[in-house]
Parts: sequence; structure tokens; C-alpha cells
Amino acid sequence: MTNPWTDIKNTDLVIVMGGNAAEAHPCGFKWVTEAKAHRGAKLIVVDPRFTRTASVADYYAPIRPGSDIAFLMAMINWMIQNDKVQWEYVKNFTNAAFIVKDEFGWSDGLFTGYDPEKRDYDKSSWDYVIGDDGFAQVDMTLQNPRCVWNLLKEHVSRYTPELVEQVCGTPKDKFLHIAEMIGECSAPDKVMTSMYALGWTQHAKGSQNIRGMAMLQLVLGNIGVRGGGMNALRGHSNIQGLTDIGLMSNLIPGYLNIPTEAETDWTTYMSSRSFKPLRPGQTSYWQNYPKFMVSFMKAMWGDAARADNDWAYDYLPKLDVPTYDILRMFDLMNEGQITNYFCQGFNPLLSFPNRAKLTAALSKLKLLVVMDPLETETAHFWENHGEYNDVDSASIQTEVIELPTTSFAEDDGSLVNSGRWLQWHWAAGTPPGQARRDTWIMSQIFLRVKKLYQDEGGVFPDPILNLTWDYADENEPTAEELAKELNGKALGDVYDLVDTTKLLAGQGKQLLNFSQLRDDGSTMSACWIYGGCWNEDGNNMARRDNSDPDDTGMFLNWSYAWPLNRRILYNRASADMEGRPWDASRKLMEWNGEKWVGYDIPDISPTAKPSDVGPFIMNAEGASRLFTRGMMRDGPFPTHMEPFESPIANVFNPEMRGNPAARVFASDAEQFATSDEFPFVATSYRLTEHFHYWTKHNRINAALQPEFFVEISEELAAEKGIKKGGMVRVWSKRGEVWARAVVTKRIRPLQCGEKLVHVVGIPLHWGFIGAARKGFGPNSLTPFVGDANVETPEFKAFLVNIEPATGEAVS
Amino acid sequence: MTMDPNLDSPRTAVSNPPIQPMKANLGPGDVVRASAMPDLPKPERELTPVAKLIDVSKCIGCKACQSACAEWNDTVPEIGFNAGVYENPHDLTPDMFTLMRFSEFDNPETGNLEWLIRKDGCMHCSDPGCLKACPAPGAIVQYSNGIVDFIHENCIGCGYCITGCPFDIPRVSKVDHKSYKCTLCSDRVAVGQGPACAKACPTQAIVFGTKNDMIEHANMRVEDLKSRGFENAGIYDPEGVGGTHVFYVLHHADQPSLYSNLPENPRISPVVQGWKGVTKTIGLAVIGAAAVGSILHGLLGRANKVSAEEEREAEHLVESNLPAGKEGS
Repeated sequence: MTNPWTDIKNTDLVIVMGGNAAEAHPCGFKWVTEAKAHRGAKLIVVDPRFTRTASVADYYAPIRPGSDIAFLMAMINWMIQNDKVQWEYVKNFTNAAFIVKDEFGWSDGLFTGYDPEKRDYDKSSWDYVIGDDGFAQVDMTLQNPRCVWNLLKEHVSRYTPELVEQVCGTPKDKFLHIAEMIGECSAPDKVMTSMYALGWTQHAKGSQNIRGMAMLQLVLGNIGVRGGGMNALRGHSNIQGLTDIGLMSNLIPGYLNIPTEAETDWTTYMSSRSFKPLRPGQTSYWQNYPKFMVSFMKAMWGDAARADNDWAYDYLPKLDVPTYDILRMFDLMNEGQITNYFCQGFNPLLSFPNRAKLTAALSKLKLLVVMDPLETETAHFWENHGEYNDVDSASIQTEVIELPTTSFAEDDGSLVNSGRWLQWHWAAGTPPGQARRDTWIMSQIFLRVKKLYQDEGGVFPDPILNLTWDYADENEPTAEELAKELNGKALGDVYDLVDTTKLLAGQGKQLLNFSQLRDDGSTMSACWIYGGCWNEDGNNMARRDNSDPDDTGMFLNWSYAWPLNRRILYNRASADMEGRPWDASRKLMEWNGEKWVGYDIPDISPTAKPSDVGPFIMNAEGASRLFTRGMMRDGPFPTHMEPFESPIANVFNPEMRGNPAARVFASDAEQFATSDEFPFVATSYRLTEHFHYWTKHNRINAALQPEFFVEISEELAAEKGIKKGGMVRVWSKRGEVWARAVVTKRIRPLQCGEKLVHVVGIPLHWGFIGAARKGFGPNSLTPFVGDANVETPEFKAFLVNIEPATGEAVS
Repeated sequence: MTMDPNLDSPRTAVSNPPIQPMKANLGPGDVVRASAMPDLPKPERELTPVAKLIDVSKCIGCKACQSACAEWNDTVPEIGFNAGVYENPHDLTPDMFTLMRFSEFDNPETGNLEWLIRKDGCMHCSDPGCLKACPAPGAIVQYSNGIVDFIHENCIGCGYCITGCPFDIPRVSKVDHKSYKCTLCSDRVAVGQGPACAKACPTQAIVFGTKNDMIEHANMRVEDLKSRGFENAGIYDPEGVGGTHVFYVLHHADQPSLYSNLPENPRISPVVQGWKGVTKTIGLAVIGAAAVGSILHGLLGRANKVSAEEEREAEHLVESNLPAGKEGS
């Protein structure tokens, strides 16, 4: 989230699209009810289903799963056509004025540079014109036909309300009603917030869905302000922490990158990370990359990371492919190329696509180690549970070891919430039985591997033997020790960069925050963005002062928000070019003539003059991007792409299937279905009564929603002869499930042009272990393909067929 | 935290409130009516009436209230099945005192679908039909703050309370043959806390406090709903049962039946009103007059954290004011 949960109370309009906040984030949703009750805010829901969120919305519109980009681009088009643009914001705080290369273009659903063989783009044309001065060229009058604004205007002009009706199935009048409501928020004193979740991410073009709304929010001037923002509602209590800490195969903590194999040495690696400002005087904060990276290397390898060995750069693994994401890992496993798999804290057998492929893949392993507080289906993938897990146990030779771990309530530590708050928590109970902390288990494995290297040597023992392991008890680092390591400390005396006699942190002291990181090896920090979480003031994550001067919702003394305890990202954008708040009643930051002051930590150098330095300090432009240059694999603007399995051909290019830049493994391409055989669109989702695959172990949750079901419209039920509460069989090209039928008015067929599209809703939460009745997950049906940029699986739009179940019900 | 000597009911206007320490109440001196005990002494004080307000328009149907209710009351609801609807269990049970009921309403006036979700459970009527119908002395009591509570030690499991209830709420357990329903968390309210459901409610659709505060809060909510186009928004606090201590804000107060058949005009069945006198006698005959004294002792001695002083008062009440019990002993 750009903004904290508590800030949602400051909004005038909430749009929930690509999510179902009331259902999946009921506790956070309280801030929507606050905004409605105390500000008179309105709530819009756009969703294929009339959800629990829709039940308390002021306005609801249906949309066909997987057509969000068309809706969002049409919304931007409507704003431009109706002059609902926050012009001062757009001109100064976005890259609207930047001139783009003449070679860039779009036709037939594709941008320039597409290579169908590689399923990839040559992105060289997707960039600015760079002048002789080394800076990007701009036209602040927005008259140049090649400036981003005019290219955007032209790009979105195709997306009319009529096209929305045809592609999305959203009635034109409903689209226009929502456009009117949103358009009001282009006024500097009106704000909309966007709340979204996996309804947008779980598509082969998920990143572009989110870009679409981010662009709309920029056009309206709603980023960086109170009550605004792009708010990704995270689905686990610490999933924000997961990405922060770099548990992505291509990331290092703090959103640094694992090198690629082409980057054979430090200089090469750093050469593409200079992040030189693209406009004069801009911050381009990533220029500090070397400080973050060196400090990370020092945290990892201490004295073994030195300037003369490129900070132990050779110790880092180098990627030979863009990512080793879970889809790739299971594909490799299925190809027999992986023998051992550690599965820590997740249940892929139910949470990754195409369960048949997952089962086949796990069956080819020699060893599967599962670390989890609960018994998982993954750990029991080899057990026959009749229809629910119909495997031939005798033929599976995989050795499975389950290591019971503690749960969050049995540990001290921090959880990072959606609003980037690092909140410390204390163990509330003692671990049951033989459960051990993950840190203990990982330490034991590390110490044993290290001993093997010590005793027997190896090809390249250095990264293991030299790993910093400076804990009071080497068998189990404490949460405090790890947190301090993430924050960082001074390895030598650290002096001010300007006043070089001024000592900032003496050797051995915890660093104040990441501003004290150095690239000379005198500092270490395992995750630079967490700098400040545990400094010499102590554990700032444990702060529990809920004072909130003037009720702004910022709560600066409650826990610690990265970066630098900042609650709203890009908050300098809450004020105009003179530094005056756009909305005096919703002041966040203002320029007092000398520096930035206000209710939040300024997201800019405190003394950077408002007319000189742009608010988007992480971007080399100093501005936000309506056009993303070559930074995304599938285009610098979002363009409508159908799901890989769709009942409708792409309106711009009937030959184009799915996202043309998404990675597709050969064996999976054969398993994509067409609507001839599988006529219905399915989408998957969570229910409030449960949390993923955990709470089916809990008796009360199981009582509240005991049995797997699917939801269909009354029309589809009538067409197929399906009775409310009856059993149905739902099948895709990859598998089948049996479920109870919930027949509802909340799902209605969508008229998309000539085609009537029926939607089948498939909740998750059931498996073959736990207190709830045995059931299935949607992943038995879903295609094995992910987002082109981040590989999040396409769980929200795929094709199935449905029929009343014959014979005995399985439950 | 200091104790407020003047606080007799929790002044809780929002969910998840701070604890408000107060002297524990809902002892014998707070009982205003008890089933089949027409000669109950006048209570020695009047507590401030409390109420739980359920704002249907804020409810997201998450069932946190159901979960909290089962947790607090330590019930073990059955893991049932899906009957093609979101209600689970499918009805109130002796192990589920509250239930979210879901109804899909195609509003003919607006053309919009509405998903009306109502938390069902005991309404804590000012004029409780269950209590009137109950033949077992002291099995159902009403406190001066308005809470209607079942005293299971005294319950004979006859089910008359269900007949007497205009809202069809109590359920008799097949295991222990006692009747169960929402207690309005009398054990929590007695020590200054709101009900478990209100505490768990994430959107403050359930709020708890004095009835006056709740009416005021409800009026504000009605105003907000009217500003959003719900012209018939209003409060459901039915007169036919003397008003209730659990009441609703409805978007369509003119059509309560839209909300899973919430009665338009609930009243105690005339049959129950008529047989009241008879059943009392039968009840006494069945149980035997000898037991009455001990029943009332059980009732009065039962409340949470009852002080020794209250205990003595209770014994005094039994001995001095209940000749029937005395004679039988």
C-alpha cells in the first residue's frame, strides 16, 4: 500500500476492484466503514460477483473476469475526454511531458518490437528521447505529439464505453455512472482510494491491471495524498515482509537484484544500476544502490566481503533465467531436474496451478521436506484419499519429512502489514510437541552443511564457510538479533558525508537508518529499507503509542513503517508546486519556506525546494510514470489482453492468445482450452469464514463454512438442470472437482457483444486434511501460467464446464 | 484502572471498547422478572437499560460474531454441510446462539440487487414471550438492564420458550435437554464489558451500550442511510414486545420481512398469554414445591463473581420472602 490502512478513513471515494476487501480483509475494511460513516464517503465495487463488499457498496457494476484493463483504460479515456484531469499534478508530477522515441508504437494489440518466436519484445523503442545534455527531453506545454500525454491519449482513445460493454460485459450506463463518480476526484480537494488484491494480481497480465489503476490515480492527482493511493491488500499477515526481505528468486532483501549470469563482475553489475537522474536536479534515490548493496554484502559475509574482492560478489548466485519462481521450479521438478525440495510455510499442492502436474512433479522428487505448523496436503501428497487425492501411493518413492514448526503466535518477531508497518509481536504461547522455530531448523541445517564443507571440502565452500553467523547461540539466532542485523550497524566509525568530522555512529553502534549506509564497507545492513527499525533508540517496531495529532490517521509513534517511518509514500505530492497542500483540510506535508513539515516524514529531502525537485524520488525522472519505458515485459502502457483461456477473442487481434509476453512452458500450452469444449468462465476466491488452507483445521471456522461449493447464476443452473445444494462436477482441461452448488442472483451472465458469458465462482479453502469436510481447491482446474512480469498464476480467469453430478455424492 | 462507583452498565458505544471496571452486577437484586415466579420481590435498584444495536447496513456477513459467540460460550457447533446457501449452521442451534442470515433481494424500485445480511439471535424483548411461557420457576429471568437470561439449572427442557418466542430463537439441546439462546453476554456485561460479538465485529455493525446511546447512534445511522437513497431506512425496535434490547438499523424498515423473515409486527402468541397462569401451576406441581427454594437459590447465587454480601442477601430473600419454599422444606 502507498498509504496505511488507517488513512482510508480520510477518503471521499473507495473503489474496490480486483479485490473483495470486506470478505478477505474484514478487519482492514473497518476503515472503509469509518470513511462512509464519518466522511460520507462512497464505495464502488466492480467485480464479476456481487460480493460481500458489494453488499455494503453504494454502487456496483459487474465485469467479466480478466477484462479489467479495458475498463481502466476506458476510464482514463473518459477522464481525458471530459477534462477530469488534475492538470497541475499531471504536468509536474508525472512523465506526461516526456518525449518518446518516434519508433515507439502500438498496433493490433501489440507494441513495437514483438518477436513471436521468443514471445518477447525488443523494448529499445519504448524510451524517451535523450537530449545532448544527457537528460530526457520534455515539452511542458504537452503540445508535442510524441509526448507521453498525447501518446496516452491516443492509446486510450480506443477504449470507449461501448467497447467496455462489449469486452467487459459492464452495462454502458453503469460504466458511465462510475466514471462520473470517479471524475469528481480529479478536483484537488476530492480523493479516491483504490483497494485491490489478488483479483488483479492473479492474471497473466496482473501487473498491467494494477498499472492501469495507478495511471488513473495519477491522472486524478490521487497519489501521495491523504485518503488516496494504490492500496494492495496483502493476503497474509506478513506477505509484505516476504517481498521486502527478498523471498523472490530474483531479489535480494530491500528490492535489490540477484545478478544475472551476464553480470559476471561487480563493475558490470553496477553499470546498469547507476540510476543517473533523467532530469536536472532530480533525486533519483537509487543512486545510493552501491551503499545498500555493499552493506548487504557486509551483512552476509563480514570481513570476507572486501573492496579488493568486489565485496565477495562471486559468492552470489547468478541467474541463468529471469526467475526461478515456483511455476518454473515445479516445471523443472516435473522434468525430473530437481531431486530435493524444501517447502517452508506454504502448501503448493493446493495453492499452485494444475494440481495434477504438481502431484506428478512431487512424485519425481527423492526428498521432500515440509516445514509447517500444520499438517499440509503437500506433505501428504502421496496418500490416497479417494476422489480427493486419488494417487497410487505404492508407485511414489519420494521420501517426505515433516518438520513441525511454531506458528506466529508462538514466536517473537515482526510482521509487516499491507501499510508497510513493521509491528513487533510477542509469543503468546509455547510451541506444542516437537515444534521448533524455523530459525532453529534452518540453523541446524546450515551448521551441518558447514561442517560437511569443513570436513570434506567442496567445489566452492567459501560462501558457506564465510557466512556471518554472529549470534549468541549459534543453534538459534533470536528475533532480536536478526532484527538488529536487518537494521544495520556501523562496522567502523561512520562520519557525516558533508561535515566529515561529525561522527554519526561509532563502531559497533546500530545505525540510525539507511541514510547512514556507506559503500566503503564501514556499514552493514541486511535489508536497507528496514533501516531504523531497531536503532540505538531500541526496538521501534514495538512502539505502541496510538496518539494521532489532529486525527490524520498517521500514528507516527505506532510501530515502524518503512521507509524511515514514512506512512504515505510520495507524500510531497500532497502539495502543489509552491508546496501548499492541494486540500487544506487534508494537509499532509507543506513547504514552510525552508523545509517540508507536516504530519508525516517527508518523502523527499526535507530542504528540497518544491519547484526544483520532483516528488517521485525513486524514479530517475523525479516524476511518476504514465509510460513505463522498457521496465515491464508486456508494454509501457497497459493494453487489453484476454486471459489465456477466454470465451472471447481479443478485440484488437483475434489471433493473440493471453498475454503475448507471458512465459508458457511447452507442455502447458497444450493444456489451454477453448470455449468450444469449456464454455464457462471460472474465477477463484477466498471466503471470510476461512483463511487459505489453515482454518479448515479449526473446528469453529469449519462449522461456519464446512463444505466446498461453487457458485453459479440461476440462469446457468436452469440451463444445466442444477439444483441449489445439489452436487455438481466442474472440470477443465486439467482436472475435475465435485462440489455443492450455490445457485445465486449474485452471479449473473454477462452480455459481451454477441456472446452471453456465464461465470462459475470457485472458492478455495478445502482439501483432504483438517476439520472441515474433504473437498477440492480451484487449483485442480487452473492453467499453469503466470503474469509476464512476476509469474503470479492466472487463478482468476480460466475455462471450465459444469454438469449436475451423477451417482453418489462424494461427501 | 480505577473503578467508577456510579457505573452500573457498560457505556460502550463502539466495538472493541476499553474495559470499564465497575462493580459486578446482575445479582439477585437486579432480577425484575423470573419465569413461573409471580411473587418475585421488587428489585432493590434499577440498572441503566442496555442494548445491542445491529446495523444491518454496515454488516459484511463475515460471521466473526458467530465465531466469537461460540468461542466465548465455549460451544461446539457441528461441522455440517453446504445446503446451497451461505448460512452455516443452517439454523440457530443449542451450540450456535447467533446466525448470519443471507437474503438476495432484487429491489424492484431501483433495479439493483441487494444482499441483505442479518444477524439473527435473541432480541431480549422488554416483554419476553419466552419468560411468560416458561413453566419452570426461575429458568428464565429478566434483569433490570433488560437482559433476558436462561438459568439452565432450572430449565426442564419443555420447549415452551420456543412457542412463546415471537422470533423463534431458543433451541433445546438433545444432549442435556436444556434450552439455549444468546445471553447478551450477561457474564461480560455484568463486569463492564460488551458482548463478545460486538467486540469481534470488524465494521462496528454491532455496537453495544445503554439503550439511549444506541437509539441516538441508530438515528445517526438512519440519517446516513437516507442520504444514500434509502428513504425508508429506520430502526426496528418492535412495540409489540415492548421494544427490544437487541435492535436493528434496517435500510428497508418498512419491509422487515425482506431480512430473512424478520417479523413485521412481533407479538407474544395469545395462546401463551392465556396459558401462563395454568402452566405456572403445572410447573410447580411437576417439580414439586420442595424444589422451589433451592431453584431460586441456584438462580440467585449463580451470577458471575457474586459478592459474599449478595450471597447473603439471596439467602435472606429465599428465607424471608418465599413462603412456598419454606413450607416445602
